[in-house]
Amino acid sequence: MTLILAEMAYWQETSIRLLVGLAAVLLPAGTLVYLFLFKMMSFMQSRLGPMEAGPYGSMQLLAEVGKFLQKEDIIPRSADRLIFKLAPFVVLISTFLLVLVIPAGPDLWFIDVDTGIFLALAVSSISVIGILMAGWASASKYSLMGALRATGQLIAYELPLVLAVVGVVIQAGTLNVQNIVMAQATGEIFGYGGIGNPFIFTQFVGFAIFLIAVQAELTQPPFDMPVAESELVTGYLTEYSGLRFLMFFIGEFATAGIFSALAATLFLGGWYVPGLDPTDGLFNVIGPAVLFAKMLLVAFLIFWFRFTYPRFREDQLQKLAWKVLIPLSLINIVITGVLKVVF
Amino acid sequence: MNKATDTQQLAYIAGQAADARVNLEIETEGMTLNIGPQHPATHGTLRIIVKLDGEQVIAAEPMMGYMHRGYEKLTEVRTYPQVTALINRIDWLGSFANEVPFIQAAENLMEVEAPPRAQWIRTALFEMSRIANVVLFLGDMGVQLGAVTPVFFAFRDREFILNQIEAVTGGRFHPNFNRIGGLKDDLPKGWIEETRGVLGRIQNFCDEIETLVAGNEIFQARTRGIGIIPADVGLAYGLSGANIRSSGVDWDIRRDGGIGLVHNELDWKVWTHPDGDSYARFWVRLQEVRESCIMIEQILDGIPAGPVMAKVPRIIKVPAGESYVETENPLGVMGYYIVSQGDLTPFRVKIRSASFNNVSITPWLLKGVYVPDVVSILASLYFILGDIDR
Repeated sequence: MTLILAEMAYWQETSIRLLVGLAAVLLPAGTLVYLFLFKMMSFMQSRLGPMEAGPYGSMQLLAEVGKFLQKEDIIPRSADRLIFKLAPFVVLISTFLLVLVIPAGPDLWFIDVDTGIFLALAVSSISVIGILMAGWASASKYSLMGALRATGQLIAYELPLVLAVVGVVIQAGTLNVQNIVMAQATGEIFGYGGIGNPFIFTQFVGFAIFLIAVQAELTQPPFDMPVAESELVTGYLTEYSGLRFLMFFIGEFATAGIFSALAATLFLGGWYVPGLDPTDGLFNVIGPAVLFAKMLLVAFLIFWFRFTYPRFREDQLQKLAWKVLIPLSLINIVITGVLKVVF
Repeated sequence: MNKATDTQQLAYIAGQAADARVNLEIETEGMTLNIGPQHPATHGTLRIIVKLDGEQVIAAEPMMGYMHRGYEKLTEVRTYPQVTALINRIDWLGSFANEVPFIQAAENLMEVEAPPRAQWIRTALFEMSRIANVVLFLGDMGVQLGAVTPVFFAFRDREFILNQIEAVTGGRFHPNFNRIGGLKDDLPKGWIEETRGVLGRIQNFCDEIETLVAGNEIFQARTRGIGIIPADVGLAYGLSGANIRSSGVDWDIRRDGGIGLVHNELDWKVWTHPDGDSYARFWVRLQEVRESCIMIEQILDGIPAGPVMAKVPRIIKVPAGESYVETENPLGVMGYYIVSQGDLTPFRVKIRSASFNNVSITPWLLKGVYVPDVVSILASLYFILGDIDR
């Protein structure tokens, strides 16, 4: 993208970046909702899911969006109106910022920063502020409890998320996401370079911790305490309706897609497929498709857990983070560091 | 908003805050959370007012009566055969079982006895309504804890049992099939063979639930040691059914009461659990569904031939007197106390339904637990709103 954009005027470049950014956020979100939330969940629960709108219900998404757009926009009387309206945007901003650092090919990225992965993990925590705003401004007890639970949970799971990535960073020797992909593409496993060296082979503990932490960051079962629909109605979303609810909904699934893409980039080799030269220009064409396929693979795992497990209690969830995941990821870092020095 | 209501509202809020100030050491304010009457976890319209300190419950008070339909009074203006159509709706998931104690109480007063074949079929349908009821609990427990999938399995497999009930009675939920002196009709052709297949499905469902829900680590972490009811407390609050059996009390009217139904001629077991926690209540119900399947299978083998209706007059007038019959219904002990003055209609009917007593323990049980456990404990107590309010 950088190559093509270099010859364009600023406004052309910006609008193209905007469109591609929108596509990069909305396309995974829509795919995940249709493929997993509608269809996979239905098949797991011995039903068909949406079948009427379009072939196999593929147009159901449009119907859903239309439904949300038609709904009345309700703001509770005692709500803090400005904050209440602002909150969904803050959550979405965090999603859009996350997508910036993920490369989809050797020359396809939005920004190329040397601290890319650090930036991604930093902006991912912005959504906490949005959720806290939503819960506080709703002036509802259920919302408040949901928001406080979400804050405690997201802060607790931010740590294992970062620590799980540290192992990858040590192994790749860089914070730049593009270089992490390159390190995997050009790496060797005991002298055999045929399939590169996807970090999932060496960082499988990190991968597991990363997935668990992502699950918690997304507030999906078994970590869906903040929205626990059987206790808190829907937590911080309780008072939202119509378009604002839709924005939270898109934010949730877009973040799921982007975190899956991030996991695919860090652990599964990103846009690279074995057998080809990673600097080949061909990857600028097939790279996005490869990344998308790998993203679906990771997202499948996330949603599989989502539809199967009951949820933790808040204290059990904190115990899991502080007593199990964080020590485990620290040990993982130590072992990775030692092996890095030895080999 | 004018000024007067503004000050009123502020005073109200201040009063509530003062009322709810619970943790005096760090001067935090508690809050009063109104769970229900419209809430996903209350299965209808139960309202529970909980006072919270953070996430911990200080006090909980169930408010009943949002679904009161006045059945006790309505029975006084219905003839005896009409009453069964009403009381079907008390525990709407296992409605056939609701009719049985009432009909038996009326039969006692009239001194008629249903023929053996009618009693065997009655027992089969009684146990089938238990399966239809409790299977849904097994799935619903997952939903209350956040796992959505089990309940779909429950709805899927319950449908087979409902089909069998419908094939005999003509109604999925409200069979209205019992008559004083027997049953309305005999079994349809081929029903016995079909039912055997359905029972196999239910057994498979039980195995599936055992691995999917009861075997899940998170489920066990959420239910083991949560909401423990000691046997003496449970008995003092009048708990019955699986709720008291999971506290280690070996008491089942199907075995100990010996009224009307043919349970004593079957080979089965009363399951108890020593723990008395949410997990025990789930586990005991799971075993009871299996035990019901075993019972029905024996009934299918042993149904005697003969009529399904005793000789009763066309116009039923129940002689003056009083009679109380209770049976072990899916939710617990259900009893009807009928006072008759020799009319076409009962003079007074008192309904003892299990859920009312089962829910009455909540103020004691919910003290000190966390909000998520409120939901899991309520789900494990397994009440049905129609059975609480009648």
